[in-house]
Amino acid sequence: MAQVSMTVNGKTVSGEVEGRTLLAEFLREGLNLTGTHIGCDTSQCGACVVHVNGEAVKSCTMFAMEADGADVGTIEGQANADGSLNVIQQAFQDHHGLQCGFCTPGMVMSAAALLKENPKPSEAEVRTYLEGNICRCTGYHNIVKAIMAASGQDVSAIAAE
Amino acid sequence: MPKDNGIGAATTRREDIRFLTGEGQYTDDINLTGQAHAVFARSDVANGVIKSIDTTAAMDMPGVLAVFTGEDFTEVGGNPAGWLINSRDGEPMKEPKRPVLAHGKVRHVGDAYAAVIAETKQQARDAVEALEVEIEELPAVIDMASAIGGGELVHDEIETNVCFDWGWIEDNRAATDEAIKNAPHVTTLELVNNRLVPNAMEPRASTADYNPGTDEYTLYTTSQNPHLTRLLISAFVLGIPENKLRVVAPDVGGGFGSKIYHYGEEALVLAAAKKLKRPVKWTASRTEAFLTDAHGRDHVTKIELACEKDGTFIAFRTETMANVGAYLSNFSTATPTFLHGTLMAGNYTVPNVYVNVKAVFTNTAPVDAYRGAGRPEATYSIERVIDMAARELGMDPIELRRKNFIKPDQYPFASAAGLEYDSGNYDAQMDKLEAMIDRDGFAARRAESEKNGKLRGLGVNAYIEACGIAPSNLVGVLGSRVGLYDAATVRVNATGNLSVMVGAHSHGQGHETAFPQVVADMLGIEAESIDIVHGDTAKIPFGMGTYGSRSLAVCGSAVVRATEKIIAKAKKIAAHMLEASDGDIELKDGQFSVAGTDKSVSFGEVALKAYIPHQFPIEDIEPGLEETAFYDPANFTYPSGAYACEVEVDPQTGKVTVDRFAAADDFGNIINPMIVTGQVHGGLAQGIGQALVENTTYDENGQLLSASYMDYCMPRADDLPFYQVDHSDGTPCTHNPLGVKGCGEAGAIGSPPTIINAVVDALQSGGHDVAHVDMPLTPSRVWTAMQG
Repeated sequence: MAQVSMTVNGKTVSGEVEGRTLLAEFLREGLNLTGTHIGCDTSQCGACVVHVNGEAVKSCTMFAMEADGADVGTIEGQANADGSLNVIQQAFQDHHGLQCGFCTPGMVMSAAALLKENPKPSEAEVRTYLEGNICRCTGYHNIVKAIMAASGQDVSAIAAE
Repeated sequence: MPKDNGIGAATTRREDIRFLTGEGQYTDDINLTGQAHAVFARSDVANGVIKSIDTTAAMDMPGVLAVFTGEDFTEVGGNPAGWLINSRDGEPMKEPKRPVLAHGKVRHVGDAYAAVIAETKQQARDAVEALEVEIEELPAVIDMASAIGGGELVHDEIETNVCFDWGWIEDNRAATDEAIKNAPHVTTLELVNNRLVPNAMEPRASTADYNPGTDEYTLYTTSQNPHLTRLLISAFVLGIPENKLRVVAPDVGGGFGSKIYHYGEEALVLAAAKKLKRPVKWTASRTEAFLTDAHGRDHVTKIELACEKDGTFIAFRTETMANVGAYLSNFSTATPTFLHGTLMAGNYTVPNVYVNVKAVFTNTAPVDAYRGAGRPEATYSIERVIDMAARELGMDPIELRRKNFIKPDQYPFASAAGLEYDSGNYDAQMDKLEAMIDRDGFAARRAESEKNGKLRGLGVNAYIEACGIAPSNLVGVLGSRVGLYDAATVRVNATGNLSVMVGAHSHGQGHETAFPQVVADMLGIEAESIDIVHGDTAKIPFGMGTYGSRSLAVCGSAVVRATEKIIAKAKKIAAHMLEASDGDIELKDGQFSVAGTDKSVSFGEVALKAYIPHQFPIEDIEPGLEETAFYDPANFTYPSGAYACEVEVDPQTGKVTVDRFAAADDFGNIINPMIVTGQVHGGLAQGIGQALVENTTYDENGQLLSASYMDYCMPRADDLPFYQVDHSDGTPCTHNPLGVKGCGEAGAIGSPPTIINAVVDALQSGGHDVAHVDMPLTPSRVWTAMQG
């Protein structure tokens, strides 16, 4: 067992981990931040996406020890300071970009990373960027729409409701 | 103007807040004090005799608390099939025992034969590796034709791999055979409905807690129907009295059918929690999900369509082999029979229908209901053979369908497959669809594609489904071993807010938002003051849960009935308060008033009076304001629709791109159009996924080759287009109080044939004589088909 310490959502945290403990496991089991989900064991599904030093990372691809000293952001730290939904979260609610909610934290974290590097992505750019995030409920339509809306684009011409 | 509240309003979902902020609580998010962890030992061969399991070394591993094997469960029951099917000769189906852990034999890769309980998951995992196990591998039987044709037996004791050989309707067989023999034109098609893995994004998980002081158990589990799970565990598997077992299905990350069923892992953690007197938790890995979640579809079918030269349908005749895998999952026998055969008349006035289904055991994971469950298989067969017939007859595929559609003045319509459709208007849907897809512009788009070296095809499809599965009296006659009603309790609290306890379970469908819209509309109060309670047998009335697009049609109707009882009682209380006759009381906008006067009391005042019954007519009215209703429908509901898509095929690579997809659905009345549209989107993605990319492949030894997301292709955002969806102007269901039909499965039912019809159209436009390609239409399959 080894001691790790990192900043998570602005707070300094530390804990004991095994060498094989994944960052996703440390967040969920060590810190009880269960908003980061684990949907697969091959780093395909993207439910566990978090931000490490500002970059989107699948937290199942990284050992907790590798994040020692890092600045980590999770879904629990995304809302505005007053507790209201941030722009991306609000767009997901407004455009029904989630159903069961299991892939949602990863989607929101990926969307934030996308909009940081590409503030006005096209539909094709959003779809391509989301290749590492699997959703089984929504058929992606409303996720793509929500991300484009969150970027300030007019999505009223995109079909339905 | 769209409504901004109540029935018909596109209200955004209140449950989204917790999901968007990481505050959802899924089963694996729940950690109980002192919990231990279970990890299962699973067979790596598809068929084998368990010679020995030596647990000594595993028990000595650090942190290990207990090891269970099949031997520990020989005194308890097994996991049953929920539906008895009789074969054509009247013999009941073969029902092999499905134990908690494999005993004697393992029957598919992933079949669990032992479980280790340890202080940590890692310790349990390590100890599974230390089990000394000898399994003598036997030849496996994987494909259905071999299984029927004298291959290795999956279950020695039943002496056959055919579970049943079912005919529907057997009395129609001779007439259908005769009609086909004498028909001027018969189109024959053999097709495979590919096996799928449901792949809810949340893997299954179960945590059990046991209280030795009260002998009570609590099971937190990923279930679509906690009462059904409790009933199965109590009455069939472990014999725990129902009043000692609480089943909680908290937030559940998608189901699509795979979480209807009781699985052995649930029984194991309960038994382990009792033995160790501490909570025991198990969470599946994705690999375990691939190996052990009930799979879907997997039919091999020959269908014949007989028609007149002018295209008038005379008969459909179907022969199907349906894979049930190694054990009978709970709905596995109903899915290929009553959820499939009864839909084989489609949307058409065809007079003769006969369906034969042989259900076949193989050394593969169990197969059961997956989004649509039998109805996608029926629609795919019917709508593919109709398209093929249109080409053979030289008719327009839309015109051929229209020619045979049931017309609006023919309802109620007794279909040749034994159902009574209550309502619909298929021509109106097709009219709408042709406009949505811009059929008139297709020729120009095709020319443009051809200019770019691509082939463009237009595919259409019509579907009907039987949803809201019920009624109990009917399904009982047909072999169901459960009732198919649902239940709701409306509790008005003293301060005027409401808790509505429902038997349906929401795992993405938005019940927490949609159900309050119904109650709010009926009572004339704000939906925000109404909360839905679901997923906990200790809190809700006995309900049958969520599957088969039934939540609103069945449980929503129970909510209406319970709310009607609330209104009736509240009117009596109001009448007393207003010193009027209860027949004179009117409810509007949350106010009870005496007709023709300005005397009124608010809903909140009535609620308070019910719980503080001072000066109350206690001899006539009980205190309190809480009512329960059980609702058992008179019939299925019959959602229907017309779908169309355009695809582009790259003739150099065989790659298919879906350029546009339009869905015109009839779901009857709509409570929340935003949620309904989302349900259609999700179904479409699953259906397009089946058509283009998803496939479950076992090799000849029974190894699952597609057991991860690297090998099983899930549709991604860049595989799919924006969809056009329209469900306005539906024909209301005639027999439930909301006039609703159900929308959860439609997209997955209607889309696969639409895609295949479009690709065949594209290939034929390029001069390729391709009548059919089996799903999924991967580039290699399409390219190969183009080479002749």
